[in-house]
Amino acid sequence: MPPESEICGCNGVCKGTILAAIAGGATDLGTVRARTKASTSCGSCTGLVEQLLAHSLGDAFRKPASRPVCGCTELAHEDVRRLIRARGLKSMPAVMQELGWKTSCGCATCRPALNFYLLAEWPETYRDDPQSRFVNERNHANIQKDGTYSVVPRMWGGMTTPQELRAIADAAEKYQVPAVKVTGGQRIDLLGVRKEDLPRIWADLNAAGLVSGHAYGKALRTVKTCVGSDFCRFGTQDSTGLGIRLERRLWGAWTPHKVKLAVSGCPRNCAEATCKDVGIVCVESGYEIGVGGAAGMDVKATERLAKVATEDEAVEIVVAFVQLYRESANYLDRPYKWLAKVGLDWVRAQVVEDRDSRAALVARFDRAQAIFQKDPWAERTAPEARAAFTPLAHLAAEAAE
Amino acid sequence: MTWIDIGALEDIPRRGARVLRTAQGCVAVFRTADDRVFALDDRCPHRGGPLSEGIVHGDAVTCPLHGLVIGLADGRARDAEGGKVETYPARIEGGRILIDAARLLPEGRAA
Repeated sequence: MPPESEICGCNGVCKGTILAAIAGGATDLGTVRARTKASTSCGSCTGLVEQLLAHSLGDAFRKPASRPVCGCTELAHEDVRRLIRARGLKSMPAVMQELGWKTSCGCATCRPALNFYLLAEWPETYRDDPQSRFVNERNHANIQKDGTYSVVPRMWGGMTTPQELRAIADAAEKYQVPAVKVTGGQRIDLLGVRKEDLPRIWADLNAAGLVSGHAYGKALRTVKTCVGSDFCRFGTQDSTGLGIRLERRLWGAWTPHKVKLAVSGCPRNCAEATCKDVGIVCVESGYEIGVGGAAGMDVKATERLAKVATEDEAVEIVVAFVQLYRESANYLDRPYKWLAKVGLDWVRAQVVEDRDSRAALVARFDRAQAIFQKDPWAERTAPEARAAFTPLAHLAAEAAE
Repeated sequence: MTWIDIGALEDIPRRGARVLRTAQGCVAVFRTADDRVFALDDRCPHRGGPLSEGIVHGDAVTCPLHGLVIGLADGRARDAEGGKVETYPARIEGGRILIDAARLLPEGRAA
């Protein structure tokens, strides 16, 4: 590879720049990141950067066996989760003190991870910390490059109605939304909403029965469906009905990373279920449940988790799978990455084969859902909650008083 | 110096920020975990991200757009290129936040 070939596509860092940094004394990944910005955005070039380190330094470079969560601790994600459980650590200060955090209040990498681990472990008692959430989850909308936000209402299973579309169109006009886009997950995205308008546009959408689509969260995003047996001449099962049922069950759950589902009504697979975190393909004899698909930085087909005869059993297995993922995966690992670590057989044993284990996972999921399945938009439309979305003060006005 | 009362300390969550609108642009007013306040231009030197929406840790904030870490006291980026944002003196008095607005008021308004 010539020195000018690009290693980090996000930040435009070429091989030569990285080699120069290594020659200049950057002998570990963290230092190369700090000095060159390589591997600091999406992270997909981390392996390449490590190869350059290994190639340049030979035996002097040792790739750490398990990477620490961040610079605040030596512990890896797996250790932190295990210790939170084993020692019954129930708050962020308790974790940082007991596990010897090197900083006073963590950093932007460890705090969101700890916040997730704590709320997944202690749903009844842990109090969510908005200041430890990335902006999108704190503001329940996706920040855009100019500081405006995008708003995506939930459309259960990708289905909508003329009334919902009218309400979305009205909101887009009323708040002068500069762009309206259809997403890959069968939703409508209103782009360019100002922060102070968010509670008002949510209130308008709520009034039409629309709730947050969590398009901004490490959470259930979408369940994409084809029209299935209701309309399609090839459909074998009610794929839209199953998609809606899954989405109604799973929405609002926080997960280690975003989770996308799809249900296709026949093996033609129009909902593209075989590249989702969980994808169901309906056949005449039942439901084929695949997991661990991806169509982002990596492209990967799902692997077969189970084939079941009834819709009820398909739903139970999917819920148990999502709960096991919540309990066991590292923060920011999508299901396919988690599965590569723990193995599909280990997951299948607990989610499919051992019925007691499956039932216990479902029960724990439902217990958490009793707390988390609330529309975050509706909770933020009251006048006192709106204040947080407005400026603290307008200086010109203050001075004029 | 032109000290102006811009709100109550309680109006900003600990390890959080709120925005002050001024004639010269938005200023991010931060409150740390140990109740110190800092005021900085609300524009990351990297690509203009709103620093007020970043995660606050110690006396630094991580920009929400691309993760640049900015020191709250000096406004300096903690990376190799070391960009900088403008900072403004701020203090707490009787539970109120005061900011030195000498450079922030509209032309001719400064006391």
